[in-house]
Amino acid sequence: MPWIDACATDEIEQEDLVRFDHDGRTFAIYHSPDGDFFCTDGLCTHEQVHLADGLVMDYEIECPKHNATFDYRTGEAKRAPACVNLATYPTKVDGGRVLVEV
Amino acid sequence: MTQRDYSMTGPDSAWAVQTGLAAADWYHTDLPRKTMKDLMKRTNGPAIRDTAILFASMIVLAGFGIVLWPTLWSVPFWLGYGVLYGSAMDSRWHECGHGTAFKTRSYNDWLYQIASFCMMRNPHTWRWSHARHHTDTVIVGRDPEVVLMRPPALARVIANFFGLVDAWTAIGRMLTNATGRLTPDEADFVPRPEQPKVIRVARIWVAIYATVIAMAFALNSILPLMLIGLPRLYGAWHHVMTGVLQHGGLAENVTDHRLNSRTVLMNPISRFIYWNMNYHVEHHMFPMVPYHRLPQLHEAIKHDLPAPNRSIPEAFAEMWPALVRQLRDEDHFIKRTLPDTAKPYRADLHATVPVGVPAE
Ligand code: FES
Repeated sequence: MPWIDACATDEIEQEDLVRFDHDGRTFAIYHSPDGDFFCTDGLCTHEQVHLADGLVMDYEIECPKHNATFDYRTGEAKRAPACVNLATYPTKVDGGRVLVEV
Repeated sequence: MTQRDYSMTGPDSAWAVQTGLAAADWYHTDLPRKTMKDLMKRTNGPAIRDTAILFASMIVLAGFGIVLWPTLWSVPFWLGYGVLYGSAMDSRWHECGHGTAFKTRSYNDWLYQIASFCMMRNPHTWRWSHARHHTDTVIVGRDPEVVLMRPPALARVIANFFGLVDAWTAIGRMLTNATGRLTPDEADFVPRPEQPKVIRVARIWVAIYATVIAMAFALNSILPLMLIGLPRLYGAWHHVMTGVLQHGGLAENVTDHRLNSRTVLMNPISRFIYWNMNYHVEHHMFPMVPYHRLPQLHEAIKHDLPAPNRSIPEAFAEMWPALVRQLRDEDHFIKRTLPDTAKPYRADLHATVPVGVPAE
């Protein structure tokens, strides 16, 4: 699968995320506290709410609707009401850009 | 006049799903991401302080209550203890259910379990019912937490100032769950893998209440029940008083919290007991913001909200006549005026509200 150019590294503050739409799908791209980038599906698995309005704390994203949390490195659902894990996608940084393989 | 069916399995529920009212997109006031991030930020400090005050006060009040028992001098102490047990625990249950009170998740979970026990709300069932309340706030047939249905059952509300209906229903549910079953409504909103947890908690609680009742018999005194169980009745009035104001008399079946929720400015004691849930429009619009930041959120978005009621009596004076009128006119509701600085209510977001036709 080709790598897709998602955004510039400096577009996402550390411990934050942005929404990235591509090919009719929506993703979330995270900038972790230690500077790494990660990518997951952009919609919460509970009720399909955009995670981009949520809160990143350490390595977790908290959904803005009912406060479910996921580990964005693995996609694991950590807190109800989400029971289904998030899909995750490989990322890499190249020349100040975040690339994702979705 | 429209007849409403508030059950989760009735025709109004199906209608809400068909028309897209269920799980809809809701109105949000625009706020810069930087401001939101700051407001959502978690800390442990305020909730640790408040929890220490809460438990220390409960211990002191119960201590005096026990020492002065059974004289009349003990009554004020029981009244104070009761409000902290039967009302302050309601807001702790709520805030910790959202997971926003503390930064540390285990602290939230710990207080959530205690508060759920005090309020006789199964922690697993109610987590799901409250999620639905946030998805489908006051959508008929979808929101399992509508307190004031139409026509409003005022006798029931008044009985609940003493916890009578709620506790009676809760005991019935607890016993049903303890036998290994869920009610049909519970089965609708609690996912199947979570259902065994509901049953396990119910069984533990039945064992605790059985122990307390056995102690009461052994001591030939209701004192053990004054500490555990009965405060859910004699201390419920404050959370019912504040709870009915949250959505009472306002619109149903709309997707803008400014139309169906009420913010009421309150005295500091009530705000401590209620953990700032008097900022109710703000809480529903942005449930990620912890209770201790709601006053700042209010300041940040008040230009876009109807003016808050300035006190509990003022809010009741607004709500009560609307409830009385709903006894004969179920379609009546209060539609609050927005300030000039606000974005107007959007007609396309509201299936059943005659926007532009102010209710009296
Ligand atoms: S939609 Fe994300 S927790 Fe419910």
